[in-house]
Amino acid sequence: MNEYTILEERKDQIHRTGEGALDMACNRESLAGAVSQRACVFCGSRVVLYPIADALHLVHGPIGCAVYTWDIRGALSSGPELHRLSFSTDLQETDVIFGGEKKLEAALDELIDRHSPKAAFVYSTCIVGIIGDDLEAVCRKMSEKKGIPVLPVMSEGFKGSKREGYLAACKAMFKLVGTEETSDISPLSVNILGDFNLAGEIWIIREYFRKMGVEVVANITGDGRVKDIGRSHGAALNLVQCSGATLDLAKMMKEEYGTPFMRVSYLGIEDMADSLYQVADFFKDVDPDIVKRTEDLVRDELSKLMPELARMRKDLEGKKVAMYVGGSFKAFSLLKAFRHLGMKVVMVGSQTGTKEDYAELERISDPGTILVDDANPLELSAFIKEKDVDIFVGGVKERPIAFKMGVGFCDHNHERKEALEGFVGMLNFAREIHASAMSPVWNFVPRRAKKQI
Amino acid sequence: MTTKSKNYTSTTNACKLCTPLGASLAFRGVEGSVPFLHGSQGCATYMRRYVISHFREPVDIASSALGEKHAVYGGGPNLKKGILNVMKKYEPKIVGVATTCLTETIGDDVPMYLNEFHKEFGDLDLPDIVQVSTPSYNGTHMDGWHGAVRSMVEQLCTEKAENDGHVNILPNLVSCEDVRHLFDICEDFGLKATILPDISETLDGPALEDYMKIPVGGTPVEEIKKMSGAAATIELGRCVPTKSGGTSLEERFGVTNHRIGLPMGIRECDKLFETLETISGKEMPARYQRERGRLIDAYVDGHKYIFGKRAVVYGEEDLVTGLCAFLAEIGVDVILAGSGAKKKGMAEAITAVTEGVGRTTPEIHEGVDFHDIAERAGGLKPDLLIGHSKGYRYAKAWNIPLIRVGFPVHDRFGGQRIPTLGYKGTQYLFDLIVNAMLEKKQADNPVGYGYM
Repeated sequence: MNEYTILEERKDQIHRTGEGALDMACNRESLAGAVSQRACVFCGSRVVLYPIADALHLVHGPIGCAVYTWDIRGALSSGPELHRLSFSTDLQETDVIFGGEKKLEAALDELIDRHSPKAAFVYSTCIVGIIGDDLEAVCRKMSEKKGIPVLPVMSEGFKGSKREGYLAACKAMFKLVGTEETSDISPLSVNILGDFNLAGEIWIIREYFRKMGVEVVANITGDGRVKDIGRSHGAALNLVQCSGATLDLAKMMKEEYGTPFMRVSYLGIEDMADSLYQVADFFKDVDPDIVKRTEDLVRDELSKLMPELARMRKDLEGKKVAMYVGGSFKAFSLLKAFRHLGMKVVMVGSQTGTKEDYAELERISDPGTILVDDANPLELSAFIKEKDVDIFVGGVKERPIAFKMGVGFCDHNHERKEALEGFVGMLNFAREIHASAMSPVWNFVPRRAKKQI
Repeated sequence: MTTKSKNYTSTTNACKLCTPLGASLAFRGVEGSVPFLHGSQGCATYMRRYVISHFREPVDIASSALGEKHAVYGGGPNLKKGILNVMKKYEPKIVGVATTCLTETIGDDVPMYLNEFHKEFGDLDLPDIVQVSTPSYNGTHMDGWHGAVRSMVEQLCTEKAENDGHVNILPNLVSCEDVRHLFDICEDFGLKATILPDISETLDGPALEDYMKIPVGGTPVEEIKKMSGAAATIELGRCVPTKSGGTSLEERFGVTNHRIGLPMGIRECDKLFETLETISGKEMPARYQRERGRLIDAYVDGHKYIFGKRAVVYGEEDLVTGLCAFLAEIGVDVILAGSGAKKKGMAEAITAVTEGVGRTTPEIHEGVDFHDIAERAGGLKPDLLIGHSKGYRYAKAWNIPLIRVGFPVHDRFGGQRIPTLGYKGTQYLFDLIVNAMLEKKQADNPVGYGYM
């Protein structure tokens, strides 16, 4: 490896399991010039709130921020599709000089009349933080004028990383919670937090809960509705997936309404089953039969899934995997899922992992696994080479890195259009990994072709 | 023909991208170059993601990754640190620094920072550093593109080089395949070409054994420095800013600048070949005579399938103009031509390129978004849409074909290889349009004719 590949200032953000004590530096500002894979605060907020389909999402800033987030996600809606449009105040030089408040007000006036949304989220971008537009005052005024919640999302890009964006999104959503009637909600009820309904995944999960006899009050935020979030405090339990994207909301709801929460994952076999069993366990005092129903459900699903997995495992046994994901919570589940396929995870990285996340990753991964926080293309490519990886799991920015070096790839971020959650999702996931790992094209890529000589 | 300014405030589904993105793309087309965005981390990451979705190539764009304290105290220290880190990791020959809305607004004086940088680190083996001011609240990605090209020409080519008879080509934002085609054409005229930028390899490279820090290819910096010694410059695009890379070379070094439209359609292609004949003193090589002849033959063979079809064309100002030039020749009526760019003279340009052949006078709108295009075009009952992927939602709603061309094409494969220029590129587009109409006719027909 080129000695310059890892910059001195980044050395404490990389760890090899089994080699010394883990003391991972994380949640740190990205290093200038390091070509981080990370985005910004605005991105974090936009990701979380994006799938609320009956709300207006207005980006207050120059055009780029809105246009690069226009309909790039795989978040599906069973009804309205307002979230798939890209709205911006498209700030111009004169707005920057004289302030953009009037334009924002006019834009909200125009868009709310045109689309009659149930609420409006107004995202502040870097420049709004600098020119000092009073977003909160404009939102308050427009809220009164239009009779719907108009919520400022304080997501100036430079004020941290994606993680701060999650918090800004949760703060905005929390203002909706508690605004609707809850008397007709079942005692066996949950809110699904931190799932974005990529390729309809939330519908798979909701079907499991339906079979278990559990009512889902609000999807937060996949296939989300403003009204549902308004009554979400009436649910008996919050289920939080994803690395903290909506954890702050769950904490606020616990504090204010006493709603308990548990962390779950719908990816892979164990984590999917465990999550359902945990929910059953939570409600077993109210409805003792729920445990049996859940066991039946899991057994049914597994009986369909396991023979298929076994077939693919024969081909995949021993192949090596690297993954670089946004939130590290997903990495736990993926690591276990790959074990079911007989594959060996040799590198795990994330954009926003915490010390606790990396400690857990060290605990469950094999010795010699590379753990990395806030990586960049040169590091990732060096690790791919060093570990001679067969499959890389990441997002759009990581795909060409893997492909250029002749390595299979699985897209596992918000832009994917394949459902990978639930038992059926595990099957889709396995099929995708199998298809990529077993494709004959690798015989022709320079790195592999040379080896075979 | 009409032009119309916006009568609303907000933008819905923009038909443009931001200024620094255009600059980053242009910097990507220089040998040994790392584009560097002076701003917060998100800008670089978002743009990388966006560009990757079209080219399917690694696109490393560095950032000064400014945080809150830099926004208050200025981004100078991070800019310098960032360039040093890029030097350590990428060993670039050139770093292209583009500003963002953040750094423009906090008033960062980038030329001054770079001056300081050269003083402080003059003992190191420094790369060339080019900077361009690209506030994203001013213009579109095309302004960023042309700005970066002009900055490179002005900041790197500072002395008169000996006339070596080569030709400079400033190709505009065209596909990698188009740039390759332009090289071939010049070679067939016996002309050595400096094409700036040259994304033909840097954004469409081969499979490799190892990850390249910086992809091979791009315009060599040494060649940019010698652009002042060219026989002439050919600048493609009728909507290029008044002050451009081409005019700068002409003013400073007397290199004749031929500003012609994107060579799309017979007449605009003829202009390119005539210009090359003038510069080289040679006649158009026989293969292009044959390509031209085949194209006219195809125009005749296919004319009935497309005559009178109504098209909506949108995207970059020069691409839209080039498409209008071509469509006018084949009897497709452009009913609306739209661009997110403003004040680029697109109406005048379209009038000029369609004069004498265009059967209709299209509505021409600058500064529009897709909401506006749809509002106007929906009632005009178009038969096809021509432009980048972002029109898909509307094509689907209106149940008409979308001919994908330009940037970004991220819902189809091979966007970087779509040919549009020259007789060959025109031929490709012509076949595409005729076939789209045939397919539509087939799909809508209950009988299912297999012989069209």
